[in-house]
Amino acid sequence: MFKDITLGQYYPGDSVLHRLDPRTKLIGTLAFIISVFIFHTFPGYAVATVFLAAVIWLSRIPPRLIFKGLKAIMLLLIITVMFNIFLTPGEIVWSWRFLKVSREGLSLSGRMAIRLTYLVTGSSIMTLTTTPNQLTNAMESLLRPLNRINVPVHEIAMMMSIALRFIPILMEETDKIMKAQTARGADFESGGIIKKVRNMIPLLVPLFISAFRRANDLAMAMEARCYHGGGGRTQMKPLRYAMIDYAAFVILTVYLAIGAVFRIVGI
Amino acid sequence: MGIIKALGLVFDYLKYDEEGNVEDTQRAIDDVSLDIEEGDFIAILGHNGSGKSTLAKHMNALLLPTEGTMWVEGIDTSKEEKLWRIRQKAGMVFQNPDNQIIASVVEEDVGFGPENMGIPTEKIWKRVDDSLKAVGMLSYRNHSPNRLSGGQKQRVAIAGVMAMRPKCIVLDEPTAMLDPIGRREVLDAVHELNREAGVTVILITHYMEEAIEADKVFVMDNGKVVMQGSPREVFSQVETLKSYRLDVPQVTELAYELSQAGVKLPQGILTIEELEEALCR
Repeated sequence: MFKDITLGQYYPGDSVLHRLDPRTKLIGTLAFIISVFIFHTFPGYAVATVFLAAVIWLSRIPPRLIFKGLKAIMLLLIITVMFNIFLTPGEIVWSWRFLKVSREGLSLSGRMAIRLTYLVTGSSIMTLTTTPNQLTNAMESLLRPLNRINVPVHEIAMMMSIALRFIPILMEETDKIMKAQTARGADFESGGIIKKVRNMIPLLVPLFISAFRRANDLAMAMEARCYHGGGGRTQMKPLRYAMIDYAAFVILTVYLAIGAVFRIVGI
Repeated sequence: MGIIKALGLVFDYLKYDEEGNVEDTQRAIDDVSLDIEEGDFIAILGHNGSGKSTLAKHMNALLLPTEGTMWVEGIDTSKEEKLWRIRQKAGMVFQNPDNQIIASVVEEDVGFGPENMGIPTEKIWKRVDDSLKAVGMLSYRNHSPNRLSGGQKQRVAIAGVMAMRPKCIVLDEPTAMLDPIGRREVLDAVHELNREAGVTVILITHYMEEAIEADKVFVMDNGKVVMQGSPREVFSQVETLKSYRLDVPQVTELAYELSQAGVKLPQGILTIEELEEALCR
């Protein structure tokens, strides 16, 4: 049952966005998030909206999938908006008993809502068009300068990619152990939260033992294949910026420049 | 000197108490000497705990001998500066296919060894293509290993070792977790590598049937090599094998029982065809 799970939410495709170097997408997402905070007026948000719409259109991903990510933050969004509407002091436009709505509150909450929505949508597009492994590679490559201050960048990236490979295997194993324990009378369903957690012990102990055994085997297999850390290693699929990446960087720069100009002029 | 040679090899597993002092030693390999010729197909047999896996790990310098010496292509495995060269010359395939595949895509896993060796990118691709072709897995190159069968996963693991262009591959019970079809796939792939690429194969197994096609068979018991010779020589000694808690191949067993019962048959029959011929004579 767990064999077919896809980690993250990668949506396979061959759009321009899928073909971009993962590093470009990572930097692009960061730039977009920054831009959402640079823009603080509605004409500015219009520019961000056009940019976001264009990216969604380029990604060829059904918009329904992109907005699915918003559901998760709906509650957070509503609470933020409510607090900002009612608790911002200023020129009162509407009041009922103790509830007061100010003009400033309305505009602030509107901005908050737009920022949060765009933030989540922007990063969803990245995770939808990039596989977890590509993201790991991009992070390894972008964080490489940190090697100089002794951050084990390669090792962290290797751990992440191994984790990605083993999560489905361990999930399958959990399922197997669960069935085996259920067959022998274990109960994972009933009881309150504390009882449920306690009932997990017969599941977690064998799972941990098996995970350690696998780790040991894997370490030996890696050593047998000459793995000795990041030093002196070459890459089978090194990341290379192509023409579309340079084009993307030009567009991003122009976009951020518009943001900066809007901010300075005060539109 | 052959490609792999051991002289007076001894290995003790040490058991430590809570303070880290040696509490107990267990002798896993006891004075083993052997010499394996390049290009041979060797089978090492033995029941659980006979020391065959421990011996295999010495051929790849994953373990170093307590006493005695192991040479791989003339290099003493205890020389630390030659470690990576030894591991590249003698590749190793393990029992559990899931626990030796590192990457999430087949071709990337096969490229892992060459990457570690520092091979330039274009050459890695060539090696990956060649190795996947050699084990018949080229069409699965972009698949996730999680969706392959056990036999296919094990062939990917073999391709991963072959991509390092080793002179010799050591397979530690590669078929123990596979179904009969998977076992056949893996064995066929290994035999083909031995024939076509001339790779020395050391197959560690407890399935007697897998040893029949070997050039030479070693039988291990209690850390010692107790029998060695051609499959025919070894399997003709049915009683001795049984005393080491090993079975002979079914056909050999049948022939043995028949000759015990008075049917005149030559010793050491290994295949159904041979038995058929001998019976019809």
